[in-house]
Amino acid sequence: MTKIIEIRGLTKTFGDVLGVDDISLDIEEGEFVTLLGPSGCGKSTLLRMIGGFEEPTRGHIALDGEDVTHVPPSKRAVNMVFQDYALFPHLSVGKNVGYGLRVSGVRRSEVISRAREALSLVGLEDRYDASPHMLSGGQRQRVALARAIVRRPRVLLLDEPLSALDANLREQMQIELKNLHTKVGLTFVLVTHDQTEALTMSDRVVVMREGKIVQIGTPQDLYENPQTGYVAGFVGSTNMFRSRVEVGASGPQISCFGQNLQAPAAASALGGRDTLFGFRPEKATLLRGDAQAQNTLRGHLSDVLYHGQSARLVMDLVSGQVVVDMPITDVIGTVGLPQVGSAIAISIEPHKIMILRDEAAS
Amino acid sequence: MTTQFAKSSRTGRSNWLGGIERLSWMLGILAILGFLYLPIAVLVAYSFNDSRSLTWPMSGLTLDWYQKLSQNDQLIQAFYNSVYVAVSATSLTLIIGIPAAIALDRFDFPGKGLFRKLILLPIALPGIITGISMLILFRSLGFNLSLQAVIVGHATALLSVVVTLVYARLQRLPASLAEASADLGASGLQTFFLITLPNIRTAVIGAGMLAFTLSFDEIPVTFFLTGRDNTLPMYIWSTLRRGLTPEINAIGTLIVAMSIVLIFASVLLLRDKTKSKNV
Ligand SMILES: Nc1ncnc2c1ncn2[C@@H]1O[C@H](COP(=O)(O)OP(=O)(O)OP(=O)(O)O)[C@@H](O)[C@H]1O
Ligand SMILES: [Mg+2]
Repeated sequence: MTKIIEIRGLTKTFGDVLGVDDISLDIEEGEFVTLLGPSGCGKSTLLRMIGGFEEPTRGHIALDGEDVTHVPPSKRAVNMVFQDYALFPHLSVGKNVGYGLRVSGVRRSEVISRAREALSLVGLEDRYDASPHMLSGGQRQRVALARAIVRRPRVLLLDEPLSALDANLREQMQIELKNLHTKVGLTFVLVTHDQTEALTMSDRVVVMREGKIVQIGTPQDLYENPQTGYVAGFVGSTNMFRSRVEVGASGPQISCFGQNLQAPAAASALGGRDTLFGFRPEKATLLRGDAQAQNTLRGHLSDVLYHGQSARLVMDLVSGQVVVDMPITDVIGTVGLPQVGSAIAISIEPHKIMILRDEAAS
Repeated sequence: MTTQFAKSSRTGRSNWLGGIERLSWMLGILAILGFLYLPIAVLVAYSFNDSRSLTWPMSGLTLDWYQKLSQNDQLIQAFYNSVYVAVSATSLTLIIGIPAAIALDRFDFPGKGLFRKLILLPIALPGIITGISMLILFRSLGFNLSLQAVIVGHATALLSVVVTLVYARLQRLPASLAEASADLGASGLQTFFLITLPNIRTAVIGAGMLAFTLSFDEIPVTFFLTGRDNTLPMYIWSTLRRGLTPEINAIGTLIVAMSIVLIFASVLLLRDKTKSKNV
């Protein structure tokens, strides 16, 4: 594996606004990396600096080992798919795709054949002569992709490429994008604020907040081991609670909204300290009938949200609420969905409880 | 029986009222069109009148005035001067105005707001002020009064028109188009000629036609800056002091004909093949 992008201490300020705050990041060749974060956290600014559209205030960007910090976009072996696609309205689909070759003086016949090739890669070879305004949103998206890969860039940048599509099409395009990534073997850097999109497509996800990186990891890593409450809440949903860790003879003990729980062994090191804990809604199990289990929470069912293949149970505890996801077969079992208002119990194994760090910002 | 009769008479009455209403609308529209076009129609008609006096009905038809026109060297020279001035001034404003509009649209620089207001301000200045101030400037710089001075004067006065129109169009053009072009390896010039210009084409043509027309019949600025050369409006104006001649009607008719050709040409040029929306 070779590093294709090296970012060091990259900072961008707009007046008093800190768009990107001292970010360092390495991206490997062929990787699919996603920048994930809420609106205004600096994802686009970071991407635009990689593309050369924004001049960094401080810091460096190297592409393939070469410093490109002050190289204009036209001279970087990086191409971008814009959020609004930015197709040239006065040119046909084929001419849009061939544009990057035409301006760099490639022979006409080769421009046409390579544009056709790129279009067929996205399944639009028969729309070569169409005008962009005649295409659907998903087709425009594909043309923008074909146009960006026709020059065989080293890195493809995508700024929320799917946000303008409706939900069904978005899911389909996620798969197509992932396939395209495998097919062309380019490095993809994608920006999104949609965590499902990030988890589905990426090799690695970079979670950002207020111009800084808060965690980098594989989708599984981020989901299973979020390091902070912010990541736990942003990537998937998490029941979070704060508790002092009491280390006793039977290991570390914590309290979840007034009920005692066995904490994971690693919590011993935090003895006596006030700490943030969390568990994923699907990691807990609902106890039916008079089944007994370790580490239980008892409460009343305050709501049931039916999701088709699963159901989310909202459980009232003494001083708070937790939610638990159950596969629908489990919830119904032989006795049907539990009644709202009835007493229920869930159990959570200690090692499924996550120890979360507080971040400075919250 | 009686009720039925009453009813039908009422509908008859409302039909009648509706007719009146439609008629008055029609008359109104005719009056507006007449107001706009009657003077031109009169001009055209009298240009074919075989008598010098402007009396109605005309005594007969003739092409004499057109023939006289073709022998009036002064007038023909004035016409050429006007075309020369208008074409040059229009080209000059477009060459300066389009890059200025792009700079205003794309770049942030200190004092941008002020710069924009300063560029747009001359629109509100009366031509006579522009004329006098240009005269003073040219005199103090030692330039001769000439058609070239008129061209510079017109170009200055028209710059705000061109910048305003082109800038307004650029504002509606997504910045991402130029960015995408640069991203795909195009140089600044390539981006301008292959992407920006085709997308602001209609505004550029519109601005150019407007500038041409304004320059072609401009008098105040021309009056101060032209030396011995005459432009067509100046010539017409000066001959008018000796009375309205049918020759003037003839040249007026020719200008109307030329305008019609120009209007058709612009409609053809502006017809948008792609019906381009921003995609
Ligand atoms: N051209 C600009 N001028 C001034 N401030 C800007 C500019 N571009 C971005 N910012 C600011 O920088 C911060 C980061 O913006 P950025 O566009 O990178 O966010 P983002 O994460 O892409 O958000 P979104 O999901 O809404 O696109 C924001 O506070 C934004 O207001
Ligand atoms: Mg953004």
